[in-house]
Amino acid sequence: MGDEPLLSVRDLRTYFRTDAGTIRAVDGVSFDVRRGETVCVVGESGSGKTVASESITRLIPMPPGEIVGGEVVFDGVDLLSLSDRELREYRGGRIGHVFQNPQGALHPMHTVGRQIVEAIRLHRDAGKREARERAIDLLDRVGIPDAAARFDDYPHEFSGGMKQRVVIAVALACDPDLLIADEPTTALDVTIQAQILRLLCDLQEEFGMSVLLITHDLGVVAEIADRVVVMYAGKVMERGTVYEVLENPSHPYTLALLDCLPGRGGAMRPLGGALPDPRDPPSGCRFHPRCPHAVDECGAGDQPAMGTAGSPGHEVSCVYYHDGYDESAIRERRAADSNEGVGRADGGDGR
Amino acid sequence: MTGRPDEPPAADRSGEPLLRVRGLKKHYPITEGVLRREVGRVRAVDGISFDVYPGETFGIVGESGCGKSTAATTLLRLEEPTDGEVLFDGADVSAASKAELKRFRRRAQMIFQDPTSSFDPRMSVGESVAEPLRIHGMRDRDRRRRIAQDLLERVGLSADDVDRYPHEFSGGQKQRIGLARALVLNPDLIVADEPVSALDVSIQAEILALMRRLQEEFDLAVVFISHNLSVVREVCDRVAVMYLGEIVEVGPTERLFADPQHPYTRALLSSIPTPDPRERGRGIELTGDVPSPSDPPSGCRFHTRCPEIVQPDGYEFEQVHWRRVMDLRAKLDRGEVGRESALDLAAAQSTATAGATDGARATGTPPDEARAAIRRAFDLPEALTDERAEAVLSEALGLVVDGDSDRAAALLAKEFSTPCERRRPRAAAVDDGWSATCHLLDGSRRSEGVEPLPGRED
Repeated sequence: MGDEPLLSVRDLRTYFRTDAGTIRAVDGVSFDVRRGETVCVVGESGSGKTVASESITRLIPMPPGEIVGGEVVFDGVDLLSLSDRELREYRGGRIGHVFQNPQGALHPMHTVGRQIVEAIRLHRDAGKREARERAIDLLDRVGIPDAAARFDDYPHEFSGGMKQRVVIAVALACDPDLLIADEPTTALDVTIQAQILRLLCDLQEEFGMSVLLITHDLGVVAEIADRVVVMYAGKVMERGTVYEVLENPSHPYTLALLDCLPGRGGAMRPLGGALPDPRDPPSGCRFHPRCPHAVDECGAGDQPAMGTAGSPGHEVSCVYYHDGYDESAIRERRAADSNEGVGRADGGDGR
Repeated sequence: MTGRPDEPPAADRSGEPLLRVRGLKKHYPITEGVLRREVGRVRAVDGISFDVYPGETFGIVGESGCGKSTAATTLLRLEEPTDGEVLFDGADVSAASKAELKRFRRRAQMIFQDPTSSFDPRMSVGESVAEPLRIHGMRDRDRRRRIAQDLLERVGLSADDVDRYPHEFSGGQKQRIGLARALVLNPDLIVADEPVSALDVSIQAEILALMRRLQEEFDLAVVFISHNLSVVREVCDRVAVMYLGEIVEVGPTERLFADPQHPYTRALLSSIPTPDPRERGRGIELTGDVPSPSDPPSGCRFHTRCPEIVQPDGYEFEQVHWRRVMDLRAKLDRGEVGRESALDLAAAQSTATAGATDGARATGTPPDEARAAIRRAFDLPEALTDERAEAVLSEALGLVVDGDSDRAAALLAKEFSTPCERRRPRAAAVDDGWSATCHLLDGSRRSEGVEPLPGRED
């Protein structure tokens, strides 16, 4: 593993210009994906996680979307400086995509085999026969039973889980270095989700690729991630290894998100408040209007600079991790809350 | 094991149940041709029974297609049941007249998954919330408005919201309005079909907390339908697990989650991803997809995927290998494994290993390799540990490679047959109010440390 990350996103800003104002969907986001690792970007709807991932290969509709700043360096090349033509080599080639809804990602009137062959021949100088063989091999490797016989089947002849396997096969068609998967298991049942997550892990090892997985589900993160980036309202709140972030959650938002999870013996604590208006985000930390620990400084200036929590790679965008504050206050308060055994009053989800 | 700090007060289960469902069935005919001749049936709900007591939350959980939503609409008689009985407060809903049905629907309300499509966009929120009052005969407009205002406040919105329109609200707020509308007639029962599945996790937590509070305030019984096991665990007192139109296990939520008895419940629970990275990869993997409800498997409907499927008499398999042999059997029965596909497999595998381009098929694959290829495709070992079982398996594989898949299928079916496919299991009591429908529990098998339970005689 080299020192240079495979993908380095630096201060990315993607805005959408609408009649009602400029939506700052992604507003200064930075993260790295190293070779062979799985990075999960986690956040709720409106956090900007999908827009951030789609900005990498410019899949966002432009206009109204616009990447107004930042860098996306992939294997030493700044993708944002490439022309559309040059970018095509990366999009679907060295960078594969898997989307949430497998139904929408496949053409209903073409056989699945044809769709994989198309992906192969778009990026590679392969003969029909060779492409067909590779497609069958791919279907086999993503766990489609009897791959050769199913090559000529249409998408509707596959179940949801099997369709997602086909979509993964299309994404793997050109041996990508990076696979970007946006909520790949959200539309699937929990037993099928477990199968697909296991498949992604196996394939990652087999193909030696990196995976950038976008999800709202902390359970999925725990299952598959090496490193985690927590996003809220277009900003990165916390990042670190999966163990650092989930076992030692340090940003008040990460803590709140974990507290929202149901089914833990009555420990669920609703967060209260609502996501800020993306056209007019609050100053200071984007989370401060909902944060139980907010102090005056939280509302001033821009999103706080990253401070470290415990280990050097575990970074938190919160003033409590700056000099002059005591970050243990955040965790102590939380422990006290859960000992009392009562949740905060569930206020309206605001407006 | 039981109880948790803020568990809602236990519902009184000593008295009469509020809702009693017995043998409820809903089949959808599959028709063909101009005469719409029935050629088959989708057995969406196929004979489920349960009770819901006043003030309790009863969960129905299962994967998509298991029939849980059909169960909801059928028990409210929004769809006519094919068979079975629904007793609400002692009265038979399934045989109710139109007037009786109207009275029943006043006391039993439903909330839906998608809060957006359940409102008329041209009606103000106040009108929507108060509409059931109007339908049920309250003429006084001002009074309706006051009730709507009161309810909006009780679900955490503001009384001023009555004059606003649905599009002005977020998804979570719309679900609050949906709750207000469901409560406006002061019902005894609410059927909630995936009420939080479309919501973000922070909003979901708020709605769940709200539902719990309202339930206490209004002393409601709730039938809570969800695919999300964590959500069900959060809110339900008792839970029923459905698979292919049937209830496979029903019991008190915390105890059932702590010690699931049915293999399907075990697999389902173990596949919930938990936010603990040290627990990763602990799930029980289920092979295959859910079979079609138009042609459910014989015997126990879960036997085609069950990791704990009962072994045939007279053989000693390793359990994982036994499961795989059954997977092979199923494919043979469906005609999906034959001489051709075996040769293809062997060719593909030799290409993969040797890197040859043209495959070995042109040059002729020896039968041994084709047999080995099938074993590899089904993750079977080179030889099973039980010699007699191994003899049967290799004879069957030999028949497949010779092109006689039918005889191979018949041989395996005769030698390796399991009670799980032959007989329907019966519900066996695990404890008071807790039962599971599995041959491991109903006394068909007395090994592997599973205590035979005093179930009914087979």
